[in-house]
Amino acid sequence: MSILIIADHDNRELMPATLKAITAGAQLSGDIHILVAGSDCYNVAQQAACVKGVDKVLSAENAVYEHHLAENLAKLVVSISDNYSHILASSTSMGKNVLPRVAAVLDVAQLSDVTEIKSEDTFVRPIYAGNAIATVQSSDPIKVLTIRITSFPEASINADAVQIEVLSETIESHVSRFLNEELTKSDRPELTSAKVVISGGRGMGSGENFQLLQGIADKLGAAVGASRAAVDAGFALNDLQVGQTGKTVAPDLYIAVGISGAIQHLAGMKDSKVIVAINKDEDAPIFQVADYGLVEDLFVALPNLEKALE
Amino acid sequence: MKILVSVKRVIDYNVKVRVNADNTAVDLSNVKMSMNPFCEIAVEEAVRLKEKGVASDILVVSIGSQKCHETLRTALALGADRALHIDAEDGLDSLVVAKLLAKVAEEESPDLMILGKQSIDSDNNQTGQMLAALLDLPQATFASNLDIANNEAIVTREIDGGLQTLSLQLPAIVTTDLRLNEPRFASLPNIMKAKKKPLETKTPMELGVSTTSNLKIVSVTPPPERSAGVKVDSIEELVEKLKSEAGVIS
Repeated sequence: MSILIIADHDNRELMPATLKAITAGAQLSGDIHILVAGSDCYNVAQQAACVKGVDKVLSAENAVYEHHLAENLAKLVVSISDNYSHILASSTSMGKNVLPRVAAVLDVAQLSDVTEIKSEDTFVRPIYAGNAIATVQSSDPIKVLTIRITSFPEASINADAVQIEVLSETIESHVSRFLNEELTKSDRPELTSAKVVISGGRGMGSGENFQLLQGIADKLGAAVGASRAAVDAGFALNDLQVGQTGKTVAPDLYIAVGISGAIQHLAGMKDSKVIVAINKDEDAPIFQVADYGLVEDLFVALPNLEKALE
Repeated sequence: MKILVSVKRVIDYNVKVRVNADNTAVDLSNVKMSMNPFCEIAVEEAVRLKEKGVASDILVVSIGSQKCHETLRTALALGADRALHIDAEDGLDSLVVAKLLAKVAEEESPDLMILGKQSIDSDNNQTGQMLAALLDLPQATFASNLDIANNEAIVTREIDGGLQTLSLQLPAIVTTDLRLNEPRFASLPNIMKAKKKPLETKTPMELGVSTTSNLKIVSVTPPPERSAGVKVDSIEELVEKLKSEAGVIS
Protein backbone atom coordinates (compact mmCIF):
# COMPACT_ATOMS: atom_id res chain seq x y z
CA MET A 1 0.00 0.00 0.00
CA SER A 2 1.15 3.53 -0.66
CA ILE A 3 0.59 6.98 0.78
CA LEU A 4 -1.05 9.73 -1.25
CA ILE A 5 -0.29 13.37 -0.49
CA ILE A 6 -2.35 16.14 -2.08
CA ALA A 7 -0.03 18.98 -3.08
CA ASP A 8 -0.90 22.55 -2.18
CA HIS A 9 0.30 25.04 -4.79
CA ASP A 10 -0.65 28.11 -6.78
CA ASN A 11 -0.02 26.48 -10.19
CA ARG A 12 3.51 27.92 -10.14
CA GLU A 13 5.17 26.89 -6.88
CA LEU A 14 4.79 23.97 -4.54
CA MET A 15 3.89 25.33 -1.10
CA PRO A 16 6.33 24.69 1.76
CA ALA A 17 3.31 23.30 3.66
CA THR A 18 3.32 20.30 1.32
CA LEU A 19 7.00 19.64 2.08
CA LYS A 20 5.96 19.29 5.70
CA ALA A 21 3.15 16.89 4.88
CA ILE A 22 5.72 14.83 2.95
CA THR A 23 7.89 14.65 6.09
CA ALA A 24 4.85 13.37 7.98
CA GLY A 25 4.07 10.87 5.22
CA ALA A 26 7.63 9.56 5.31
CA GLN A 27 7.01 8.40 8.89
CA LEU A 28 4.45 5.90 7.57
CA SER A 29 5.42 2.80 5.68
CA GLY A 30 4.81 2.66 1.95
CA ASP A 31 5.73 4.55 -1.18
CA ILE A 32 4.85 8.23 -1.26
CA HIS A 33 2.87 9.55 -4.21
CA ILE A 34 2.14 13.25 -4.64
CA LEU A 35 -0.93 14.40 -6.51
CA VAL A 36 -0.41 17.73 -8.25
CA ALA A 37 -3.79 18.83 -9.60
CA GLY A 38 -4.07 22.22 -11.21
CA SER A 39 -3.91 24.12 -14.44
CA ASP A 40 -0.65 24.63 -16.37
CA CYS A 41 1.17 23.38 -13.34
CA TYR A 42 3.77 21.04 -14.80
CA ASN A 43 6.46 23.11 -13.04
CA VAL A 44 4.92 22.20 -9.73
CA ALA A 45 4.90 18.52 -10.66
CA GLN A 46 8.59 18.81 -11.52
CA GLN A 47 9.32 20.45 -8.18
CA ALA A 48 7.41 17.70 -6.39
CA ALA A 49 9.37 15.07 -8.31
CA CYS A 50 12.59 16.33 -6.72
CA VAL A 51 11.42 16.24 -3.10
CA LYS A 52 13.29 13.76 -0.94
CA GLY A 53 11.13 10.79 0.01
CA VAL A 54 8.75 11.06 -2.94
CA ASP A 55 8.43 7.92 -5.09
CA LYS A 56 6.02 9.10 -7.76
CA VAL A 57 4.20 12.24 -8.84
CA LEU A 58 0.69 12.13 -10.28
CA SER A 59 -0.03 15.13 -12.43
CA ALA A 60 -3.61 16.14 -13.27
CA GLU A 61 -3.56 19.26 -15.40
CA ASN A 62 -6.84 20.75 -16.43
CA ALA A 63 -8.57 24.10 -16.11
CA VAL A 64 -11.20 22.47 -13.87
CA TYR A 65 -8.55 21.94 -11.18
CA GLU A 66 -7.08 25.45 -11.35
CA HIS A 67 -8.66 26.79 -8.16
CA HIS A 68 -8.80 23.51 -6.27
CA LEU A 69 -12.60 23.55 -6.11
CA ALA A 70 -13.49 20.91 -3.54
CA GLU A 71 -16.19 19.30 -5.69
CA ASN A 72 -13.77 18.45 -8.50
CA LEU A 73 -10.61 17.80 -6.52
CA ALA A 74 -12.28 15.50 -3.98
CA LYS A 75 -13.75 13.35 -6.74
CA LEU A 76 -10.40 13.16 -8.48
CA VAL A 77 -8.74 12.00 -5.25
CA VAL A 78 -11.47 9.43 -4.60
CA SER A 79 -11.10 8.11 -8.16
CA ILE A 80 -7.45 7.18 -7.48
CA SER A 81 -7.80 6.18 -3.82
CA ASP A 82 -7.89 2.40 -4.27
CA ASN A 83 -4.25 1.62 -3.68
CA TYR A 84 -3.65 3.92 -0.76
CA SER A 85 -3.56 3.21 2.97
CA HIS A 86 -3.25 6.88 3.89
CA ILE A 87 -4.30 10.13 2.20
CA LEU A 88 -2.66 13.27 3.55
CA ALA A 89 -2.69 17.00 2.97
CA SER A 90 -1.34 19.87 4.99
CA SER A 91 -3.78 21.79 7.21
CA THR A 92 -4.00 24.71 4.81
CA SER A 93 -7.29 26.17 3.63
CA MET A 94 -7.06 23.80 0.64
CA GLY A 95 -6.46 20.70 2.79
CA LYS A 96 -9.17 21.61 5.26
CA ASN A 97 -11.63 22.30 2.46
CA VAL A 98 -11.03 19.17 0.41
CA LEU A 99 -9.99 16.29 2.68
CA PRO A 100 -13.19 15.93 4.74
CA ARG A 101 -15.05 15.70 1.44
CA VAL A 102 -12.72 12.90 0.33
CA ALA A 103 -13.12 11.06 3.64
CA ALA A 104 -16.93 11.21 3.62
CA VAL A 105 -17.15 9.76 0.12
CA LEU A 106 -14.79 6.96 1.20
CA ASP A 107 -16.98 6.48 4.30
CA VAL A 108 -14.04 6.94 6.66
CA ALA A 109 -13.26 9.43 9.40
CA GLN A 110 -10.84 12.27 8.88
CA LEU A 111 -8.27 13.36 11.45
CA SER A 112 -7.53 17.07 11.44
CA ASP A 113 -4.34 18.87 12.35
CA VAL A 114 -2.23 15.83 13.17
CA THR A 115 0.85 16.88 15.16
CA GLU A 116 2.49 13.49 15.61
CA ILE A 117 2.38 10.12 13.90
CA LYS A 118 2.63 7.38 16.54
CA SER A 119 2.13 4.43 14.20
CA GLU A 120 0.31 3.45 11.02
CA ASP A 121 -3.04 3.85 12.75
CA THR A 122 -2.43 6.07 15.78
CA PHE A 123 -2.11 9.82 15.61
CA VAL A 124 -1.87 12.79 17.95
CA ARG A 125 -3.88 15.97 17.50
CA PRO A 126 -4.78 19.00 19.60
CA ILE A 127 -8.38 19.56 20.67
CA TYR A 128 -10.04 22.39 22.62
CA ALA A 129 -7.74 25.02 21.06
CA GLY A 130 -4.69 23.02 22.06
CA ASN A 131 -5.71 22.88 25.71
CA ALA A 132 -5.87 19.10 25.46
CA ILE A 133 -3.93 16.67 23.32
CA ALA A 134 -5.78 13.62 21.98
CA THR A 135 -4.16 10.39 20.85
CA VAL A 136 -6.55 8.70 18.44
CA GLN A 137 -6.48 5.25 16.89
CA SER A 138 -8.33 4.64 13.63
CA SER A 139 -9.54 1.27 12.36
CA ASP A 140 -10.69 2.70 9.04
CA PRO A 141 -9.26 0.99 5.93
CA ILE A 142 -7.96 4.33 4.65
CA LYS A 143 -6.67 6.96 7.04
CA VAL A 144 -7.34 10.50 5.86
CA LEU A 145 -5.27 13.10 7.70
CA THR A 146 -4.50 16.79 7.56
CA ILE A 147 -1.06 17.61 8.93
CA ARG A 148 -0.37 20.56 11.20
CA ILE A 149 2.47 22.26 9.40
CA THR A 150 4.19 23.70 12.45
CA SER A 151 4.77 20.19 13.80
CA PHE A 152 6.89 18.78 10.97
CA PRO A 153 10.02 20.13 9.23
CA GLU A 154 10.13 20.62 5.47
CA ALA A 155 11.36 17.70 3.37
CA SER A 156 14.43 18.65 1.34
CA ILE A 157 14.02 19.42 -2.34
CA ASN A 158 17.22 18.32 -4.01
CA ALA A 159 16.64 14.64 -4.71
CA ASP A 160 16.88 13.05 -8.15
CA ALA A 161 13.64 13.52 -10.05
CA VAL A 162 11.20 10.63 -9.91
CA GLN A 163 8.63 9.58 -12.50
CA ILE A 164 5.70 11.88 -13.25
CA GLU A 165 2.56 9.99 -14.24
CA VAL A 166 -0.04 12.00 -16.10
CA LEU A 167 -3.67 11.50 -15.10
CA SER A 168 -6.01 12.26 -17.95
CA GLU A 169 -9.32 11.98 -16.12
CA THR A 170 -11.31 15.22 -16.02
CA ILE A 171 -13.87 15.68 -13.32
CA GLU A 172 -16.07 18.73 -13.42
CA SER A 173 -19.13 19.19 -11.27
CA HIS A 174 -20.70 22.29 -12.87
CA VAL A 175 -22.39 23.13 -9.55
CA SER A 176 -19.69 25.48 -8.32
CA ARG A 177 -17.82 28.19 -10.17
CA PHE A 178 -14.80 30.27 -9.30
CA LEU A 179 -15.57 33.97 -9.60
CA ASN A 180 -12.52 35.81 -8.30
CA GLU A 181 -9.73 35.97 -5.79
CA GLU A 182 -8.12 38.82 -3.87
CA LEU A 183 -4.75 37.66 -2.71
CA THR A 184 -2.60 39.75 -0.43
CA LYS A 185 0.64 40.72 -2.08
CA SER A 186 3.59 40.89 0.24
CA ASP A 187 7.36 40.80 0.00
CA ARG A 188 7.54 39.44 3.50
CA PRO A 189 8.02 35.80 4.39
CA GLU A 190 4.84 33.74 4.56
CA LEU A 191 3.28 33.81 8.03
CA THR A 192 3.26 30.08 8.72
CA SER A 193 6.84 29.47 7.62
CA ALA A 194 8.54 32.69 8.83
CA LYS A 195 11.38 32.40 11.36
CA VAL A 196 10.21 35.56 13.10
CA VAL A 197 6.63 36.78 13.50
CA ILE A 198 5.52 40.09 14.99
CA SER A 199 1.79 40.30 15.71
CA GLY A 200 -0.42 43.17 16.76
CA GLY A 201 -3.61 43.02 18.81
CA ARG A 202 -6.47 45.25 19.75
CA GLY A 203 -3.98 47.48 21.58
CA MET A 204 -2.65 48.68 18.22
CA GLY A 205 -5.73 50.92 18.12
CA SER A 206 -6.01 51.23 14.34
CA GLY A 207 -4.99 49.76 11.03
CA GLU A 208 -2.60 52.68 10.41
CA ASN A 209 -0.75 51.86 13.60
CA PHE A 210 0.12 48.44 12.17
CA GLN A 211 2.73 50.45 10.22
CA LEU A 212 4.67 50.56 13.48
CA LEU A 213 5.14 46.80 13.14
CA GLN A 214 6.19 46.95 9.49
CA GLY A 215 9.48 48.75 10.09
CA ILE A 216 10.46 46.23 12.74
CA ALA A 217 9.36 43.34 10.55
CA ASP A 218 11.62 44.69 7.77
CA LYS A 219 14.62 44.77 10.10
CA LEU A 220 13.97 41.26 11.42
CA GLY A 221 12.89 39.68 8.14
CA ALA A 222 9.67 38.89 9.97
CA ALA A 223 6.11 38.17 8.91
CA VAL A 224 3.37 40.33 10.39
CA GLY A 225 0.44 38.66 12.15
CA ALA A 226 -2.62 39.80 14.08
CA SER A 227 -4.90 38.63 16.84
CA ARG A 228 -8.54 37.85 16.19
CA ALA A 229 -9.51 41.04 18.03
CA ALA A 230 -7.39 43.12 15.66
CA VAL A 231 -8.85 41.38 12.60
CA ASP A 232 -12.42 41.69 13.88
CA ALA A 233 -11.80 45.41 14.52
CA GLY A 234 -10.67 45.78 10.92
CA PHE A 235 -7.06 46.69 11.81
CA ALA A 236 -5.64 43.80 9.79
CA LEU A 237 -6.70 41.44 7.00
CA ASN A 238 -8.15 38.06 7.88
CA ASP A 239 -5.25 36.10 6.42
CA LEU A 240 -2.97 37.57 9.10
CA GLN A 241 -4.97 36.06 11.95
CA VAL A 242 -3.02 33.82 14.30
CA GLY A 243 -5.06 31.57 16.58
CA GLN A 244 -7.38 28.60 16.99
CA THR A 245 -9.45 29.59 14.00
CA GLY A 246 -6.75 31.38 12.06
CA LYS A 247 -3.22 30.29 11.32
CA THR A 248 -0.95 28.25 13.55
CA VAL A 249 2.62 29.49 13.71
CA ALA A 250 5.71 28.25 15.50
CA PRO A 251 8.58 30.60 14.60
CA ASP A 252 11.91 30.90 16.41
CA LEU A 253 10.77 34.28 17.70
CA TYR A 254 7.18 35.47 18.21
CA ILE A 255 6.64 39.07 19.30
CA ALA A 256 3.12 39.80 20.58
CA VAL A 257 2.35 43.51 20.72
CA GLY A 258 -0.79 44.84 22.38
CA ILE A 259 -2.21 41.31 22.53
CA SER A 260 -3.87 40.29 25.79
CA GLY A 261 -3.42 36.56 25.20
CA ALA A 262 -6.88 35.03 24.84
CA ILE A 263 -6.97 31.21 24.86
CA GLN A 264 -7.80 31.11 21.17
CA HIS A 265 -4.79 33.29 20.28
CA LEU A 266 -2.39 31.25 22.42
CA ALA A 267 -3.59 28.15 20.55
CA GLY A 268 -2.04 29.54 17.39
CA MET A 269 1.38 30.57 18.70
CA LYS A 270 2.33 28.86 21.94
CA ASP A 271 4.64 26.39 20.21
CA SER A 272 6.93 29.25 19.18
CA LYS A 273 10.49 28.81 20.47
CA VAL A 274 10.84 32.24 22.07
CA ILE A 275 7.85 34.44 22.88
CA VAL A 276 8.13 38.15 23.60
CA ALA A 277 5.16 40.12 24.90
CA ILE A 278 4.88 43.90 24.90
CA ASN A 279 1.78 45.16 26.67
CA LYS A 280 1.04 48.02 29.02
CA ASP A 281 -1.26 45.85 31.14
CA GLU A 282 1.02 43.89 33.43
CA ASP A 283 -1.79 41.43 34.24
CA ALA A 284 -2.33 40.46 30.60
CA PRO A 285 -2.42 36.62 30.32
CA ILE A 286 0.10 36.78 27.46
CA PHE A 287 2.84 37.33 30.07
CA GLN A 288 2.14 33.86 31.47
CA VAL A 289 3.50 32.25 28.31
CA ALA A 290 6.09 34.87 27.34
CA ASP A 291 9.80 34.18 27.79
CA TYR A 292 10.44 37.90 27.84
CA GLY A 293 7.81 40.40 28.86
CA LEU A 294 8.00 44.16 28.66
CA VAL A 295 5.32 46.17 30.45
CA GLU A 296 5.26 49.36 28.44
CA ASP A 297 2.99 51.37 26.19
CA LEU A 298 3.50 49.93 22.71
CA PHE A 299 3.55 53.41 21.18
CA VAL A 300 6.69 54.08 23.23
CA ALA A 301 8.18 50.60 22.91
CA LEU A 302 7.80 50.04 19.15
CA PRO A 303 9.74 53.09 17.90
CA ASN A 304 12.44 52.28 20.45
CA LEU A 305 12.58 48.68 19.28
CA GLU A 306 12.92 49.73 15.67
CA LYS A 307 15.78 52.07 16.65
CA ALA A 308 17.48 49.41 18.77
CA LEU A 309 17.52 47.02 15.82
CA GLU A 310 19.34 49.49 13.58
CA MET B 1 -36.49 29.26 0.58
CA LYS B 2 -35.82 26.79 3.36
CA ILE B 3 -32.59 26.89 5.37
CA LEU B 4 -31.22 24.13 7.56
CA VAL B 5 -28.79 25.21 10.28
CA SER B 6 -27.02 22.82 12.61
CA VAL B 7 -25.94 23.92 16.08
CA LYS B 8 -23.66 22.21 18.59
CA ARG B 9 -23.62 22.53 22.35
CA VAL B 10 -20.00 22.95 23.46
CA ILE B 11 -17.97 24.13 26.41
CA ASP B 12 -18.28 27.92 26.68
CA TYR B 13 -15.38 29.62 24.93
CA ASN B 14 -14.39 31.46 28.12
CA VAL B 15 -14.04 28.33 30.22
CA LYS B 16 -10.57 27.08 31.09
CA VAL B 17 -10.35 23.52 29.80
CA ARG B 18 -9.10 20.78 32.12
CA VAL B 19 -8.28 17.19 31.29
CA ASN B 20 -9.82 14.63 33.67
CA ALA B 21 -7.74 12.68 36.19
CA ASP B 22 -7.57 9.42 34.24
CA ASN B 23 -6.54 11.16 31.00
CA THR B 24 -9.48 9.93 28.95
CA ALA B 25 -11.36 13.13 28.20
CA VAL B 26 -11.81 16.77 29.03
CA ASP B 27 -13.66 17.28 32.30
CA LEU B 28 -17.08 18.68 31.38
CA SER B 29 -18.76 18.29 34.77
CA ASN B 30 -20.10 21.55 36.17
CA VAL B 31 -18.68 23.71 33.40
CA LYS B 32 -20.66 26.32 31.52
CA MET B 33 -21.85 25.12 28.11
CA SER B 34 -22.98 27.35 25.24
CA MET B 35 -23.78 27.29 21.57
CA ASN B 36 -20.60 26.87 19.51
CA PRO B 37 -19.65 30.42 18.39
CA PHE B 38 -19.47 29.46 14.69
CA CYS B 39 -22.96 27.90 14.94
CA GLU B 40 -24.26 31.16 16.40
CA ILE B 41 -22.93 32.93 13.31
CA ALA B 42 -24.71 30.33 11.16
CA VAL B 43 -28.03 30.95 12.93
CA GLU B 44 -27.57 34.72 12.62
CA GLU B 45 -26.88 34.47 8.89
CA ALA B 46 -30.03 32.40 8.35
CA VAL B 47 -32.11 34.86 10.37
CA ARG B 48 -30.74 37.78 8.34
CA LEU B 49 -31.70 35.99 5.13
CA LYS B 50 -35.20 35.60 6.54
CA GLU B 51 -35.34 39.27 7.49
CA LYS B 52 -34.32 40.19 3.93
CA GLY B 53 -37.19 38.10 2.62
CA VAL B 54 -34.86 35.57 1.01
CA ALA B 55 -35.68 32.73 3.40
CA SER B 56 -39.07 31.75 4.75
CA ASP B 57 -38.36 28.72 6.93
CA ILE B 58 -35.37 28.08 9.19
CA LEU B 59 -34.98 24.60 10.65
CA VAL B 60 -32.32 24.27 13.31
CA VAL B 61 -30.91 20.84 14.19
CA SER B 62 -28.80 19.74 17.14
CA ILE B 63 -27.39 16.29 17.83
CA GLY B 64 -26.60 15.02 21.31
CA SER B 65 -28.11 14.55 24.75
CA GLN B 66 -31.36 16.05 26.02
CA LYS B 67 -29.40 19.15 27.03
CA CYS B 68 -29.28 20.20 23.37
CA HIS B 69 -32.83 21.49 23.89
CA GLU B 70 -31.28 24.50 25.61
CA THR B 71 -29.13 25.20 22.55
CA LEU B 72 -32.08 24.70 20.22
CA ARG B 73 -34.26 27.06 22.28
CA THR B 74 -31.50 29.65 22.04
CA ALA B 75 -31.49 29.30 18.25
CA LEU B 76 -35.28 29.61 18.20
CA ALA B 77 -35.03 32.75 20.33
CA LEU B 78 -32.56 34.18 17.83
CA GLY B 79 -35.11 33.71 15.06
CA ALA B 80 -35.16 30.11 13.81
CA ASP B 81 -38.68 28.81 13.12
CA ARG B 82 -38.53 25.20 14.27
CA ALA B 83 -36.12 22.79 15.83
CA LEU B 84 -35.14 19.16 15.53
CA HIS B 85 -33.27 17.37 18.28
CA ILE B 86 -31.53 14.16 17.32
CA ASP B 87 -31.28 12.29 20.59
CA ALA B 88 -27.88 10.64 20.69
CA GLU B 89 -24.77 10.53 22.79
CA ASP B 90 -22.71 13.73 22.88
CA GLY B 91 -19.51 14.01 20.90
CA LEU B 92 -20.32 11.86 17.87
CA ASP B 93 -17.76 11.80 15.04
CA SER B 94 -18.09 14.40 12.30
CA LEU B 95 -18.88 11.65 9.79
CA VAL B 96 -21.80 10.33 11.87
CA VAL B 97 -23.07 13.87 12.40
CA ALA B 98 -22.85 14.52 8.66
CA LYS B 99 -24.76 11.29 7.93
CA LEU B 100 -27.53 12.28 10.36
CA LEU B 101 -27.77 15.76 8.87
CA ALA B 102 -27.80 14.27 5.36
CA LYS B 103 -30.83 12.15 6.32
CA VAL B 104 -32.60 15.21 7.67
CA ALA B 105 -31.73 17.09 4.48
CA GLU B 106 -33.18 14.27 2.37
CA GLU B 107 -36.46 14.53 4.30
CA GLU B 108 -36.59 18.32 4.40
CA SER B 109 -35.00 19.32 1.07
CA PRO B 110 -33.51 22.63 2.26
CA ASP B 111 -32.22 25.05 -0.39
CA LEU B 112 -29.33 26.11 1.78
CA MET B 113 -27.50 24.50 4.71
CA ILE B 114 -25.41 26.74 6.95
CA LEU B 115 -23.00 25.22 9.47
CA GLY B 116 -20.22 26.58 11.64
CA LYS B 117 -16.82 25.92 10.11
CA GLN B 118 -15.61 24.11 13.22
CA SER B 119 -16.63 23.45 16.79
CA ILE B 120 -14.32 24.79 19.46
CA ASP B 121 -14.20 21.47 21.32
CA SER B 122 -13.11 18.89 18.75
CA ASP B 123 -11.64 21.52 16.39
CA ASN B 124 -12.29 19.20 13.45
CA ASN B 125 -13.53 21.54 10.74
CA GLN B 126 -15.15 18.66 8.81
CA THR B 127 -18.92 18.36 9.15
CA GLY B 128 -19.99 20.84 6.45
CA GLN B 129 -17.61 19.40 3.90
CA MET B 130 -18.72 15.86 4.75
CA LEU B 131 -22.39 16.78 4.51
CA ALA B 132 -21.76 18.31 1.09
CA ALA B 133 -19.94 15.16 0.00
CA LEU B 134 -22.71 12.81 1.19
CA LEU B 135 -25.38 14.86 -0.60
CA ASP B 136 -23.09 15.46 -3.59
CA LEU B 137 -23.78 19.20 -3.33
CA PRO B 138 -21.48 22.20 -3.76
CA GLN B 139 -19.76 23.68 -0.72
CA ALA B 140 -18.23 26.98 0.31
CA THR B 141 -16.28 26.76 3.54
CA PHE B 142 -14.97 29.61 5.76
CA ALA B 143 -17.49 32.14 4.46
CA SER B 144 -17.06 35.83 5.23
CA ASN B 145 -19.86 37.01 2.93
CA LEU B 146 -22.97 35.37 1.53
CA ASP B 147 -25.44 36.63 -1.06
CA ILE B 148 -28.30 34.72 -2.62
CA ALA B 149 -29.45 35.60 -6.14
CA ASN B 150 -30.92 33.72 -9.10
CA ASN B 151 -30.86 30.36 -7.33
CA GLU B 152 -27.16 30.79 -6.63
CA ALA B 153 -25.15 31.46 -3.50
CA ILE B 154 -22.30 33.91 -4.05
CA VAL B 155 -19.87 33.22 -1.23
CA THR B 156 -16.63 34.95 -0.29
CA ARG B 157 -14.29 32.58 1.53
CA GLU B 158 -11.36 33.33 3.81
CA ILE B 159 -8.45 31.35 2.39
CA ASP B 160 -4.76 31.28 3.28
CA GLY B 161 -3.59 34.04 0.95
CA GLY B 162 -6.66 36.29 1.12
CA LEU B 163 -10.22 35.97 -0.14
CA GLN B 164 -11.85 33.81 -2.79
CA THR B 165 -15.36 34.21 -4.19
CA LEU B 166 -17.34 31.27 -5.52
CA SER B 167 -20.75 30.86 -7.03
CA LEU B 168 -22.67 27.76 -5.96
CA GLN B 169 -25.82 26.40 -7.48
CA LEU B 170 -28.50 25.84 -4.81
CA PRO B 171 -28.99 23.66 -2.89
CA ALA B 172 -25.58 24.19 -1.34
CA ILE B 173 -23.64 24.01 1.92
CA VAL B 174 -21.93 27.03 3.46
CA THR B 175 -19.71 27.00 6.55
CA THR B 176 -19.23 30.19 8.52
CA ASP B 177 -16.07 32.04 9.45
CA LEU B 178 -15.82 34.74 12.09
CA ARG B 179 -16.27 37.75 9.86
CA LEU B 180 -19.56 36.64 8.29
CA ASN B 181 -21.63 38.59 10.82
CA GLU B 182 -21.93 39.59 14.46
CA PRO B 183 -24.62 37.49 16.11
CA ARG B 184 -27.34 39.34 18.02
CA PHE B 185 -28.43 38.65 21.57
CA ALA B 186 -31.83 37.09 22.07
CA SER B 187 -34.35 39.53 23.54
CA LEU B 188 -36.52 38.50 26.47
CA PRO B 189 -39.78 38.55 24.46
CA ASN B 190 -38.12 36.37 21.82
CA ILE B 191 -36.87 33.97 24.48
CA MET B 192 -40.48 33.66 25.73
CA LYS B 193 -41.79 33.19 22.18
CA ALA B 194 -39.16 30.54 21.48
CA LYS B 195 -40.70 28.32 24.15
CA LYS B 196 -43.80 27.94 21.99
CA LYS B 197 -42.00 27.17 18.74
CA PRO B 198 -42.07 23.53 17.59
CA LEU B 199 -39.27 21.22 18.76
CA GLU B 200 -39.32 17.68 17.45
CA THR B 201 -37.12 14.78 18.54
CA LYS B 202 -35.82 11.89 16.47
CA THR B 203 -33.29 9.15 17.07
CA PRO B 204 -30.42 8.02 14.85
CA MET B 205 -32.22 4.68 14.56
CA GLU B 206 -35.34 6.37 13.17
CA LEU B 207 -33.10 8.08 10.65
CA GLY B 208 -31.40 4.78 9.81
CA VAL B 209 -27.90 5.91 10.76
CA SER B 210 -25.48 3.87 12.85
CA THR B 211 -23.53 5.93 15.38
CA THR B 212 -20.59 3.57 15.73
CA SER B 213 -17.17 5.03 15.18
CA ASN B 214 -13.92 3.65 13.82
CA LEU B 215 -11.98 6.12 15.93
CA LYS B 216 -10.85 5.22 19.42
CA ILE B 217 -9.55 7.84 21.83
CA VAL B 218 -6.40 6.30 23.33
CA SER B 219 -5.72 9.17 25.69
CA VAL B 220 -6.36 12.84 26.31
CA THR B 221 -3.56 14.65 28.07
CA PRO B 222 -2.85 18.24 29.05
CA PRO B 223 -0.45 20.05 26.72
CA PRO B 224 3.10 20.67 27.89
CA GLU B 225 3.01 23.71 30.16
CA ARG B 226 4.84 26.79 29.07
CA SER B 227 6.20 28.61 32.08
CA ALA B 228 6.31 32.36 32.34
CA GLY B 229 9.74 33.81 31.70
CA VAL B 230 11.19 37.07 32.91
CA LYS B 231 10.04 40.65 32.77
CA VAL B 232 12.54 43.06 31.23
CA ASP B 233 12.68 46.76 32.09
CA SER B 234 13.44 48.28 28.73
CA ILE B 235 13.67 47.67 25.00
CA GLU B 236 17.46 47.80 25.31
CA GLU B 237 17.44 44.97 27.83
CA LEU B 238 14.99 43.01 25.66
CA VAL B 239 17.12 43.30 22.53
CA GLU B 240 20.24 42.41 24.50
CA LYS B 241 18.60 39.26 25.90
CA LEU B 242 17.22 38.23 22.51
CA LYS B 243 20.76 38.51 21.11
CA SER B 244 22.92 37.01 23.81
CA GLU B 245 20.60 34.80 25.87
CA ALA B 246 18.00 33.50 23.41
CA GLY B 247 20.16 33.88 20.31
CA VAL B 248 17.14 34.50 18.08
CA ILE B 249 18.29 37.78 16.57
CA SER B 250 21.72 38.81 15.46
